[in-house]
Amino acid sequence: MLRLENVSKNFGGLPALSEVTFTVPKGQLTALIGPNGAGKSTLINCMTGVIEPSSGQIFFQQQQIASLPAYKISRLGISRTFQNLKIFPRLTVLENILTGLTSEGGDSMLMAMLRLPYLRHRERSLKLRALEALDRFGLADKANWPAEVLAYGDKKRVELARATVGKPQLILLDEPVAGLNAEETATVAEQLRLLRSAGHTMLLVEHDMDLVMEIADQVVVLDSGKCIATGTPDEVRCNPLVLEAYLGRMGATA
Amino acid sequence: MTSKQKFLYFIYLHRTGLSVTGLSLALLLFPLIEDNPYTLGLTNLIAINALVVLGLNLFIGYAGQISLGHAAFFGMGAYGSAIATVTLGMPPWLAMVIVAILVALVALLIAVPILRLSGHYLAMATLGLNFVMYTVLLQWDEVTGGPSGFSGIPYLSIGDVQFDDEFRLHYLLWSFVMVSLMLCLNLVRSGVGRGLSAVAGDEVAAQALGVNTRNAKIKVFILSAVLASLAGSLFAHCYSFVSPDSFGIFTSTDMVIMVVVGGMGSIWGSLFGAALITLLPEWVDMFETYKDFVHGGILVLVLMFLPQGLVTGLIDTIKIKLALRRRKNVAS
Ligand SMILES: Nc1ncnc2c1ncn2[C@@H]1O[C@H](COP(=O)(O)OP(=O)(O)OP(=O)(O)O)[C@@H](O)[C@H]1O
Ligand SMILES: [Mg+2]
Repeated sequence: MLRLENVSKNFGGLPALSEVTFTVPKGQLTALIGPNGAGKSTLINCMTGVIEPSSGQIFFQQQQIASLPAYKISRLGISRTFQNLKIFPRLTVLENILTGLTSEGGDSMLMAMLRLPYLRHRERSLKLRALEALDRFGLADKANWPAEVLAYGDKKRVELARATVGKPQLILLDEPVAGLNAEETATVAEQLRLLRSAGHTMLLVEHDMDLVMEIADQVVVLDSGKCIATGTPDEVRCNPLVLEAYLGRMGATA
Repeated sequence: MTSKQKFLYFIYLHRTGLSVTGLSLALLLFPLIEDNPYTLGLTNLIAINALVVLGLNLFIGYAGQISLGHAAFFGMGAYGSAIATVTLGMPPWLAMVIVAILVALVALLIAVPILRLSGHYLAMATLGLNFVMYTVLLQWDEVTGGPSGFSGIPYLSIGDVQFDDEFRLHYLLWSFVMVSLMLCLNLVRSGVGRGLSAVAGDEVAAQALGVNTRNAKIKVFILSAVLASLAGSLFAHCYSFVSPDSFGIFTSTDMVIMVVVGGMGSIWGSLFGAALITLLPEWVDMFETYKDFVHGGILVLVLMFLPQGLVTGLIDTIKIKLALRRRKNVAS
């Protein structure tokens, strides 16, 4: 589904990613792990067109996307969440979810201004879908709240709901449970499992190893911008390179 | 649901349509109650300003950009119509449409390079645009009449009805405002409108949701320029005289102040802002002399305490208070 070939990215001469190569198979949940600063978020930014890789290729369903603008990549069916929440604080929770359906809401400003009947119908069905997503994430009773006042955990779920409401082909999640308590983490994990059983393809960046080991089909390990291992959770757990990357780091900081 | 709840829900559901209908009725009846030409002249001026402010508010509040040069488009509309009807002898309505199309093209040509900028740079660039426009109006006197202005612009008419007094102009101008108001309300309640509020919120997030942010900003800029141009044409036909002083940078900043008072991204607020700032000098004599100080003061105070603008800022604050209280109730 998604294939990266030798993707590199330098920030002012400093390599953040070097020659990263792996694939995200269709219908599976791939976890991307690695110590802080390994380049995980940078990689997601490259995949979604927020930044352009310095070199290398990224294929999504056989199409090269490495130099496409972000909005085009999104319209191909790749959606994402952000590590540092990017919800719209002034919009209501429902409107936030609806922005996840922007590309289905029509493109023409002229048509939008005329609000012809067909657009009205479409608006109604989009709203129903957004409400349904709110329900799924347990946010239905807060639909009309300004997103700003939500608790952190709810904001994270709003972003997750926004990223998934449009039924994207590929979902990139940058630390969806970071900062959540155990109970909230469990509900998000449950959602991820549901999404996977519904056939969604996902790439999950996460530090919570228990979660990763439990739900991932495949694990990719990144360290200092290099892909040091790929495999099933069990294979990766026993990989000496991985142990060294994690333990070595811990040894240094301890 | 009890019938009272049903009734309230019905009102809530159709609040936009009902508000528009209510306002239209009020405007329809207003000149029958208030027939003082001076008052009507003032409300007519509000209508012209409101037309510019509606577009500018979409650009500032929805596209999240700044323009200190919209009086340039206002002026292009006014002088465009003046030159097209008087010098070239075109029929006024046709002239108005052609001028609006030309202004849209000019806005497109300006938008492509200028919208690469943002923040202070965009503010400076649009300010520069206004200066250029103002200087051209002043200096190119064979065409524009120079500092003494351009007179003899014909009135607009439909059939036998000529829009030559305040009473008739009231209906003409407010029809334009109400139609534009409805178009803008439709726009912000659509998927495209949500894309725009995403752009104002966070451009990276907006792109990740599939919004072509660059195009969206250019389109809103053009839309606001066209509305300003139409307002300018109406201004010219309404007073049958135009002079460069109506289109200087202080007009531009006044428009921005109207947006700020009304509130970023608030369509209804645009009407309120236009009305308040237009009427302010009438209410307090002192303002006449110190107008620019007072306007500047309002701008600074509002932006310091309510960066989202006066009306929107207050409404948002109340909404958040209410939601927080509900949140506490849920928790306890
Ligand atoms: N825009 C940027 N300019 C310069 N350096 C950057 C930029 N973005 C990221 N970096 C650097 O690239 C490296 C990788 O950062 P990245 O955010 O991708 O790490 P990460 O794996 O997501 O870490 P974390 O687990 O803390 O989220 C870091 O050393 C960071 O300082
Ligand atoms: Mg990161």
